Amino acid sequence: MTTAVQPTPAPAGGSDSGGASSRAPGRPVQEVVHPTRAQYLAEVGRYRSNGFEMCADLCAVDYLTHPDRRLPDGVPHERFEVVVNLLSLSAARRVRLRVQVPESDPVVPSLFDLYPGVEAMEREAFDLFGIVFDGHPDLTRILMPEDWEGHPLRKDYGVGRVPVQFKGAPGPR
Amino acid sequence: MEPTPEEGTAAGTDAVEGATGTPPPRPDRSGEVRTDSDLAPPLSGETYFAPGPDGEPAGLVAETSEGSQELTRRGTTGAGELRREVGAVLRLPEGVVVDPSNIDVEQSDDNTMIINMGPQHPSTHGVLRLMFELDGETVLRTKPVIGYLHTGMEKTAEELTYVQGSTNVTRMDYLSPLHNELVLSLAVEALLGIEMPPRSDWIRMLLTELNRVSSHLMWMATNGMDLGSTSMMIYGFREREMILAFFEKTTGLRMNHNFIRPGGTAADLPDGWEDDVTVICDTVLPRTDEYDELLTGQPVFRQRTESIGTISAEEALALSLTGPILRSTGVPWDLRRSMPYLRYDEVDFDVIVGTYGDNFDRYSVRLNEIRESIRIIRQIVEKMPAGDYRVQDKKVTPPPRARIDESMEALIHHFKVFTEGFKVPEGEVYVAIESPRGELGCYLVADGSSKAYRMHIRGPSFVNLQGLPLMMRGGLVADAVAVCSSVDPVMGEVDR
Repeated sequence: MTTAVQPTPAPAGGSDSGGASSRAPGRPVQEVVHPTRAQYLAEVGRYRSNGFEMCADLCAVDYLTHPDRRLPDGVPHERFEVVVNLLSLSAARRVRLRVQVPESDPVVPSLFDLYPGVEAMEREAFDLFGIVFDGHPDLTRILMPEDWEGHPLRKDYGVGRVPVQFKGAPGPR
Repeated sequence: MEPTPEEGTAAGTDAVEGATGTPPPRPDRSGEVRTDSDLAPPLSGETYFAPGPDGEPAGLVAETSEGSQELTRRGTTGAGELRREVGAVLRLPEGVVVDPSNIDVEQSDDNTMIINMGPQHPSTHGVLRLMFELDGETVLRTKPVIGYLHTGMEKTAEELTYVQGSTNVTRMDYLSPLHNELVLSLAVEALLGIEMPPRSDWIRMLLTELNRVSSHLMWMATNGMDLGSTSMMIYGFREREMILAFFEKTTGLRMNHNFIRPGGTAADLPDGWEDDVTVICDTVLPRTDEYDELLTGQPVFRQRTESIGTISAEEALALSLTGPILRSTGVPWDLRRSMPYLRYDEVDFDVIVGTYGDNFDRYSVRLNEIRESIRIIRQIVEKMPAGDYRVQDKKVTPPPRARIDESMEALIHHFKVFTEGFKVPEGEVYVAIESPRGELGCYLVADGSSKAYRMHIRGPSFVNLQGLPLMMRGGLVADAVAVCSSVDPVMGEVDR
């Protein structure tokens, strides 16, 4: 594959560290690329034209409480990350793109024109993280009710709890 | 396109159309020309961050109700959305854009009707709500509305330790719980960097292949029911019950096993498992021939499945469809073969592909996958090695029950593993396996603590539902049930 993309090696701590055995079933090579937001669309387009036929997965991560994660030099640490897993069926190869998305302006271009299959995944990331995919044809909530407030998978969104009702405790009435 | 504040909420600034050239305006039935700018614009960055009335940015609170999830009438549907539902997925691989106005959007609202199917409809296999736009009996547009079963399992996973994690994920795809447990375990083990003993790999293969058979049998049963073949319903459940009985014997539970765990399995296989598995194989395999006789050759069944819900390989790839749907279009993509995990490179099996990508091909792919799975299971019974069923790493694996009574250290380890959990080194990993429904992926981010920082499950049903609008398109509403059934969505996994 002749592409100008320099596949950044997976950060240490992932699959590279640890088990140094040659045979590692279920542990595929993790090929990670860190494009900036401006490069993101072009980068994915380049992979698209280089045999990556399918966008297997798209999700977001909120690094609010884990800001000092390991990233290659020169990649800024932003709060959100959009993670795209592309799959080449012809080469049986995966590549993962991690795009840093700042909290103040959580907008990334939509991949819908390149991979129509990201439609539901981008809606899910929007719904649960509030990341806006610019150019998505129908960016509405998909899992939460349409009048829901907030984006539940953000780290500053509290976890709801139902108080445990013990036997013998005074009931509500 | 960079969003500029000047554009604001400019109506019709469709970022997608702008990139590909504005299509010619569609003549309306009433004679007036309706351009894209007359339609409601799709939500984009501009509208989302539109300044409030006082000029201040509206912030994140105001945009929590962005719009209806429902299928809206054509007059109020944005051009980009119409394009998604009508033409976008028909684009050719070279990037040639099919003009949506050439397809059938000439219909006006007067001729069409929007109806609901579900969320409480017996044939949607759960709480799936399908909204159809019908022209008479022909389906024009379809929109699956999901989320009725959403319980925030990805959020829950961030609150659970890795030890507890498989209890959570096993409830996602409740027809193939062992696959869910497997993908989480593989992800955790990849981050831990531990080498698994061979026997645990083979036990996992045995259980997941049995689970694939039971899941496909369940699909055969419900698909038969949807098409009016009640006998298949009875037969499918009958055979599935045998497998569930074996699961109960092995794992203690019929469903939601929590048996495959990070570090191996919860226990070894029970004594005499070879006989049980052989009986299952010897029973199910001849019965697949009975299903063949019952369904495959039956004219009514064939008429209701052949060339219904057709999808091409390009469309399936573009829509990220995987599993039997992708294979029914003729793409031999099976992660067990193409990117082997566990020990699938050591067993012999065929990848079943179809030709036309219609309901019948999806049926036959699944029927034959049952046979292939049984072929794999027989090889597993032969090749099952002796040894440990879980990794002997004190930090990951709780000590055996007998050791707790005699060793203080074992007691401490046991206590630590189950209260605090084990710590997973910082990093992130994406692992995918072939579930009965397609690529089941797990993107796991660890921050060095004993709880997952983020666990995302790529549910094959969730993604595969995107194929419904295309498969339904142009078909009869009576076939909608059959098409929906042939996608085999499991709503627990769709909504998570």
